Amino acid sequence: MPDQSQQLNVEAIRGDFPILSRVINGNPLVYLDSTATSQKPKQVIDTLADFYRTSNANVHRGIYTLSEESTAAYEGARDKTTEFINASSSSEIIFTRNTTESLNLLAFAWGRANLNEGDEVLVTLMEHHSNIVPWHMICAERGAILRFIPVTDDGLLDLTDIETLITERTKVVSFTHVSNVLGTVNPVRELVDRAHAVGAIAIVDGAQGAPHVAVDMREMDADFYVFSSHKMLGPTGVGVLYGKRALLDEMPPFLGGGEMIMEVREDGFTWKDPPWKFEAGTPNFADVVAFGAAIDYLTELGMDKIRQHEIEITDYALRQMRSLGEGVTLHGPPNAEDRGGVVSFAIETIHPHDIAQTLDWEGVQIRAGHHCAQPLMRRLNVPATARASFYVYNTNEDVDRLIDALKKAGELFGRQ
Amino acid sequence: MNFLAGSEPEPHFDQLYRELILDHYRLPRNNRVLEPADADLTQFNPVCGDEVRLTARIRDGAIEDIAFVGQGCSISQSSASMMTEAIRGRSLEDASTLASYFRAMILGEDVDEAAMGDLMSLQGTSRYPTRVKCAILAWDTLQKALGGTSGREDVGSSDPDSGG
Repeated sequence: MPDQSQQLNVEAIRGDFPILSRVINGNPLVYLDSTATSQKPKQVIDTLADFYRTSNANVHRGIYTLSEESTAAYEGARDKTTEFINASSSSEIIFTRNTTESLNLLAFAWGRANLNEGDEVLVTLMEHHSNIVPWHMICAERGAILRFIPVTDDGLLDLTDIETLITERTKVVSFTHVSNVLGTVNPVRELVDRAHAVGAIAIVDGAQGAPHVAVDMREMDADFYVFSSHKMLGPTGVGVLYGKRALLDEMPPFLGGGEMIMEVREDGFTWKDPPWKFEAGTPNFADVVAFGAAIDYLTELGMDKIRQHEIEITDYALRQMRSLGEGVTLHGPPNAEDRGGVVSFAIETIHPHDIAQTLDWEGVQIRAGHHCAQPLMRRLNVPATARASFYVYNTNEDVDRLIDALKKAGELFGRQ
Repeated sequence: MNFLAGSEPEPHFDQLYRELILDHYRLPRNNRVLEPADADLTQFNPVCGDEVRLTARIRDGAIEDIAFVGQGCSISQSSASMMTEAIRGRSLEDASTLASYFRAMILGEDVDEAAMGDLMSLQGTSRYPTRVKCAILAWDTLQKALGGTSGREDVGSSDPDSGG
């Protein structure tokens, strides 16, 4: 029976994550890098192990019991994904390896068929490299132009000149739902509508969206929405590409091979309907089945409660970081309500790598680097940032441990 | 409390962040651009964005003067600073030998401590595989600069900073 209270029972949740009992450098683990990848509950780990123990066989192949079970479990996970994001049909859910592969599929399959000399692809300055590099590649191939929506000092998209950026020449508007560096939650529906108004397609990078906020494809109206299992309690090696069925029908296949074909002849081939049209070769069915268990787990917790929990812990973290005083710079929107559970920061006189190194000795695992967002780093005028990120299993005590470790780093580097 | 005030040393901290390293990080030596220069090379560590630009004047097979500018973590910048002190005035051959000793030390091999001098303070880096590239960046730049390469380039092609 679902929990009727308004708050996550984080203590019970933590009991589901075996890794949280680890000791790192003599201290209990404080895991603050869920933006890079989330930890996995035993329900997901057990589903994966049980699948290999009891039901493993290739999907969509044999007329025998194990293969039928395996196929049912794989397609069952597709149905769960469909429901989780409120897509119109399971034929709109394609499984890939990760968000990056989903974006590459779009750039190459859609882009090659639709982009021409002088066309424009619009992304933003806060994109992950995975939503920049494939567009650079296809734009170079097709003679199209890649443009960027700028970012304000507060880490929001700067839409001041949006009407000169989204024009009749724009064919694709591809942007992140939630920034992996700043945490900024972008105005998705507004950008989708602006793209549609000029006849462009709208692609939303949901790698930091789907794990943290409730998403509804019919309400969002994006043409494509992409995300990864491993950032939402599921296994690595599973990405999702949601696409509107009409666009998936029009788009040519990307990878060719087994599973995706209807008929192969000496003079050509025909392909299956979506989603299988885009799933060449043996899919990563075992991990997809375990991804289904991750969706069940998140659904049981409730995405609205997860969002509320992240706002609360991020608000607490922002306030505690500010209380450290001068010398600490926080990047991104000042209010927790405007951001996901991500806090990027800088400490005067301590490089992010040195921060991450000293925190590691306290068992606190944070990320330091450019976070695969070099254009944004240049905009912020920093070589790198330190980043702490939160998920369902993090507590205010984790934030306290972070703050204590930062104080210690400040003292050690500050001594003369 | 004052967030950036001093405190007592910690064993972990002192193994890696030796006092000499922090001193060079806070007060980098030879921290400028030589103009004109016979060698001028900038290199990046794409993993973390550490950057070192070296400029050097070469006379009669020796490094008459050398300076660096850059940005990055305490390890990469102190390493560059110490390197300029260690090799100024040395023959190109000596500098090259020292570079190979340094590399060996950072990769965990035993080296002649007397020959290394202050550079020994960076030995602790060898226990931290993720920091090895930080320590080696300046020396790598030196070897390429003296080998005739000039301009800007990245050190290495792998980038573990993925997963956003």
